[in-house]
Formats: sequence, C-alpha cells, structure tokens
Amino acid sequence: MNYNWNWRIFFEPSPEGTGTYADMLLSGLSWTIATALCSWIIAFSLGSLIGVLRTLPSRGAQRVGTTYVELFRNIPLLVQMFLWFYVVPEILPGSWGTWLKQLPNSSFYTAVLCLGFFTASRVAEQVRTGIETLPRGQRMAGTALGLTTWQTYRYVLLPNAYRVILPPLTSEFLNNLKNTSVALTIGLLELTARARSMQEFSSQVFESFTAATVIYLGISLIVVTVSSKLETRIAVPGSR
Amino acid sequence: MHFGHHRSAALSAAVVLASAMGITLGASGAGAQELTGTLKKIKETGEITIGYRDASVPFSYLDGDQKPVGYAFEICKKIAEAVKTNLKLTKLEVKLNPVTSATRIPLIANGTVDLECGSTTNNVDRQKQVAFTNTHFLTATRYVAKKSAKLDTIEDLKGKTVVSTSGTTNIRQINEANTARGLGLTILPAKDHAEAFLMVETGRAAAFVMDDVLLASLAASSKEPGAYAISSEALSKPEPYGIMLRKDDAPFKAVVDEATAKLYKSPEGKALYETWFTKPIPPRGINLSLPMSDPMKKAFESPSDSADPAAY
Amino acid sequence: MFTDFDFGVVLSSLPYLFGTGMVFTLTLTALAASGGIILGTIIAMMRLSGITALALPAKIYVNFMRSLPLVLVIFWFYFLVPYIGQWMTGASRPISVGAFTSALVTFTLFEAAFFSEIMRAGIQAIPKGQTAAAQAIGLTYGQTMRTVILPQAFRNMLPLLLTQTIVLFQDTSLVYVISLTDFLGAASKVAQRDGRLVEMYLFAAAVYLVICITASTLVRRLQRRVAIIR
Repeated sequence: MNYNWNWRIFFEPSPEGTGTYADMLLSGLSWTIATALCSWIIAFSLGSLIGVLRTLPSRGAQRVGTTYVELFRNIPLLVQMFLWFYVVPEILPGSWGTWLKQLPNSSFYTAVLCLGFFTASRVAEQVRTGIETLPRGQRMAGTALGLTTWQTYRYVLLPNAYRVILPPLTSEFLNNLKNTSVALTIGLLELTARARSMQEFSSQVFESFTAATVIYLGISLIVVTVSSKLETRIAVPGSR
Repeated sequence: MHFGHHRSAALSAAVVLASAMGITLGASGAGAQELTGTLKKIKETGEITIGYRDASVPFSYLDGDQKPVGYAFEICKKIAEAVKTNLKLTKLEVKLNPVTSATRIPLIANGTVDLECGSTTNNVDRQKQVAFTNTHFLTATRYVAKKSAKLDTIEDLKGKTVVSTSGTTNIRQINEANTARGLGLTILPAKDHAEAFLMVETGRAAAFVMDDVLLASLAASSKEPGAYAISSEALSKPEPYGIMLRKDDAPFKAVVDEATAKLYKSPEGKALYETWFTKPIPPRGINLSLPMSDPMKKAFESPSDSADPAAY
Repeated sequence: MFTDFDFGVVLSSLPYLFGTGMVFTLTLTALAASGGIILGTIIAMMRLSGITALALPAKIYVNFMRSLPLVLVIFWFYFLVPYIGQWMTGASRPISVGAFTSALVTFTLFEAAFFSEIMRAGIQAIPKGQTAAAQAIGLTYGQTMRTVILPQAFRNMLPLLLTQTIVLFQDTSLVYVISLTDFLGAASKVAQRDGRLVEMYLFAAAVYLVICITASTLVRRLQRRVAIIR
C-alpha cells in the first residue's frame, strides 16, 4: 500500500458544496475559537468566584468551593459532556428539555456550558493558589485600612493574585481551547471534527490531520506570545 | 484491479479469474505459487483480521453479550475458511477489530484490518482507496423520523436538524441535496448508527438519513418500533454493499471473490440471507421481514462487484 | 421517555461494565503510565543534558504534544501507528496493529510529554552539590543519575506523577472516539442498546468520581509522608 499524497486537496471543493476543504477547516477553526472564548468567560468568572470562596474564612464557603472543585475535577470531561448533552435535558421539566434539545446549535451551547463549568474548577485552583501565595500581610493591611472583605479582594488580593498566576492561567486557557475538540462527540463541528470530515470525504488522512495540527500549533504560539507580552506589561514595577 | 462501470467486463473478468483460480487450485494448489500481499501475510502470521461494526443491524453488530454477529460477519467467517483451505493452513486465527464508518477505510488501507464486514456501500470513489468483493446487499438512502413529526419527503425536512453517520455515503448525499435543493438543513455527523438514531430518539434531530435497511432494523430494535416512520422518498437508487479489502491485491481478491460467489450461488447463501432478514435475530428476537428483492436475487445468481447501481 | 429511572439495567450490565470495560481502562492506564514515566524521564534527561542535539528535539517534542488536543492525537496515531511499525521494522507493508496497542502507543507518547515536565522539575530540584559530590567520588554520569539523582527526584515527584496518572485515567475515556470498549465505551454501548442514557451516564460519572476522589485522597496522604521525609 502506498499513500498518495495530494496537498492540493485543500483547494478542491468539499462535497458540502459550500466551498473548498480549506473553507471547511476554517469554519471549524471559527467554531473552536468561539467555543473556547465563550466557555473561558464562564470559566474565568465562575472559577475566580469558587477560588475566592475557598480562601474565605467562612467554613461553609470553603466547603462549597471544595465540593465544586472535587466534583468537576474528578469526572472525565467526556462524561461531563454526555451528562450535559444527554442527561440534563431529560431531568429538566419536559418542555424545557424539549426547548433545549431543539435549540439551533444546541451542541455549541452545551459545549460552552460544559467546558465553562469544567475549566472553572481548574481556574479556581489556580486562583486559590495565587491568593494563598500572597504574603498574609496584604490581607491584614487591607483590613487595617478599613477595607471590607469584598474591597480587600477587589483592590488588593485579586489584582496581585492574577499577576502571579498569569502563566498557569495561560496554560489553562490553552487546555480549554484544546478541550473544545472533545465536543465533537456531541456534534460540534469544530476544527478536529472538520479535519475528520475532510479525511472521510477526501480519504486524504494525513493531509487533513496535518492541517489541523499546524493550526493548533499556530494558535498555541499566538496565545503564548500574547500572554508573555501581557505579563511584562501588567507587572507591578519593582516586583520582580 | 479496477472494474469501473462496465458490468459485463467486470463479470467476465470475475468469471475468468474465478475459473482460473479453480484450475490453479485443482492443478497445483496456491502454495506452489509465490504468495504476495495479504495472502502472504496471512500465511506467515497464521492470522486474519476481520473488522466488524457495533451497530449495523443485521449486517454486523454486537449481540446481547457484546459479541459481533450478523449477516456480513457470517460471510466473512466463510471467507476466512476459504482462505484457510486455499493456503492449506491447519490453523487460522480469526482476529476481530471494531471499526466505525469513519475508520474503516483507513484501517483497511493501513493493514489493521484485512476484511471489513459490515454495510459498506461500494462506489467508484471508494474504489480509489479500497477494493470490494461481490455485492451482498442493495439499499437506498432514505430517512427515519418520529411518526408524530409527519415527515415523508425530502422537502419536508426544510430548515430542520438532521443527523447522519460520519464517513458514510449518506452524509455526503444529504449534504449535496442540501446545497442543490436549498433545504437549509443543519447536518450533524454522528459517530455511529446507534448514536445517530439516539439523536432522533431523544429529539436532538428531526431525522436520521441512512441506508433504508439499517433504518428499518434500528427502528425495529428500538424501544417503540411503532413510533418511527421511514420516508417514502429516497435520496439515491439502491446501491450495492460489498465486503472491503485492500486495493491492488489481486490474488487475495480472487480468493475472496471466489468464496463469496460460491456462497451466494449456493442454497447456503440463500439460507444465510433468510436467517438474518426473515427470521428473529438476536439480541431481542426481532424479525426484519425483508424477503429477497428481485435485484437482490439477481445479485446472488450472478455475483458482481460492480459499483454501478444500474448494474443490478 | 426517561421519566422512570431503571437502575436494574445498571445492575444487569455490571459484569460487562467492569469485567470488560474497567479492565480495559485500568490496563491501559497502568501500562501507559509506566511507559509514559520511563519515556518522560528519558526526555527530561535529554532536556537537561546540556547537549543541544538532545535538548532541542526533546523540547520540541514536549511543546508539540502539549499544543495538540488529545482527541486529534488519538486520531493521528490510530491511522499512523501501522505505518510507524512498518518504518521501524522495515517491513514491506504497514504492520497490523490492534486497537489496544494503538491506544497504548498514543497514550504513552502523549503522556510522556507531561510526565517529562514533572521529572524535569524533580531533577532540577535536587541541589547541584549532589551532582558535584557524586562526580567528586568518581561516579560516571549514568551512575550519578541512576543511584543519586533519579531515586530522589522520583520520590519527591511521586505525588505529582500519581496525580498525572489520575488525569491519564480520566483521559483514557477519550478512546470512545475510536469506538474502543473502555469503561465509558461499555457504558455508552449499553446505554444506546437499551435506551437508558440517564442511568448509564450518571452511573459512569459516579464510578469515575469515586475512583478519582479515593485515589487523590490517597495521593494527598502520600504527599504528606513524602514531605516529612524531605
């Protein structure tokens, strides 16, 4: 068996009739980016909240935060995807479930929610670590200045914590982006799914996957570059 | 070997090959020749790998004990026996490997699987990648939907979400129809038939576009067989199903073609068909009640590996 | 349709779920973790060797693997492994590779990139003085690594290596995309066959949750003991 390489395949029309194979991959890329960004908004805000909960003096708040993190970190992402897609609509009241299932692009919304909640548990851990590595004096100084707990977090602890955890947050962002590919199991037509469709339609296995690989590498490179620029930009002068 | 559209040429070539094979076997046996390709590999390793599907009822699927069974699976077992006899092996280990619609062609090509037994449509496009032996079934592309949705024609699907199995000719056909007729469909690719049917069952998609025989068996084995209806309008003519093998491996193909032709023409072939299409089948004892159609009878009387629907 | 929960379907499929599915998952996890740690250690040593010809490929490999989604890597290797086999053995045709072997190769190579980062940190954390001391008493590089550095690095990093193994255990569920029957694959096959998605997926989630929480609790306990030794 000899493999017939055909790199011009990208410029041939795909059987979907909406453009070339390259267009097909690009449409996949845009779904990947849309899913990654939307879910990151949920992950970042919810994750910060949960992370903060785990550092509050209140036992109850800590327990809620810990339970959330344990729950979402200890079930495989794919299983969570299935739970959101197949199980949640069935246990919702009948009409809601039907509405949810017949929503156009329902796999996109499901993927965004699922990834958002999943990645939030990871962001929460980073935020907690970030806050815990800050010198205790910072919190005390905040209290001494008469700031409320909310103000201490808003103006003192979180801005510093985010600076500390920017590198790990970047890799969580990239993980979240890579994890969007798991949503192909619930019918999201993201980049990996499109590469696979291309492989199926054109039978050019290696060209399709090579293209997807190059695109993912490119995205990683861009994200890492932007993040390190950001890191120097927001650094507190004299802090390192 | 490339048969293209010309049925007569394909037939006569097959006949010549088959008889040539017969003579060779009678005269000296295959062992006397220099073995190449898949036959050589099977002889050396004492193993043949069969690819099976997990939900192509009744062709190749998992029964109640999660063991592969089915009409095409049985045909492959017969082929394996014929290969064993041909190579004069005392023992031939049959290894099983699960395949999906999406993985079957690459896995045949890259040597993981020697024979793919399932419900693979034989068409000219695929013959650029793989070879097919004689046709074992004929089926057209239609869709299944819930009866309550009252869908029957292709036009009825306008604006709806439909699902099909990725890597199939059917998903390609619905994509083409979508563009050509401006249907405005959302087309979801599913990993396998079971997952695709599930999308209709749970209301995620309005219809599942697939070979009608598979739709009939999926609906029949579902929890509420009466709740589903298959469209009257078809997206394609009845197309042939064939067992897949590696391309450019004429000696292996000749053995397989001969074995299948012999089987299909024999009463045993007819009985095999009846076992899976007109009698209760595992795991739940449903009966598909699909007696042999006339084109199917013809395909068994004069076995052919042509990809052209008009040839049947 | 799913108003009536029927956990009987879970009960009757338990032998299949655990006997076939979980055995597959655990075997794959154990073998891929062992292979991944060994390969990861080698990659870490290459990166720290100070020889560009070794360090650079190792670095590229790690960054490459870490930039790709595992799902894509699984597809890649599923189709590629037979060709790699052909290339390595010099055979005239692609080597027939079973689905399990293919998955094992994929996870070993993918996870090695992550294990190597842990081992690299572990090796770097050992004070430089120890290497110097080992060389001073006449140990070769190999001896230094084998008898002085690696045992300590490995012990210090054991909790992290085990945590990564728990991640690997969860990741193996992704073999679903190539239709292998791991624990989740088994659960979803039963779920689809009997139309009992809610029960099967909830049960699968519960099983993963219990196993992973138990395992990470044990790892935390171990971490405390390792910390004391240090």
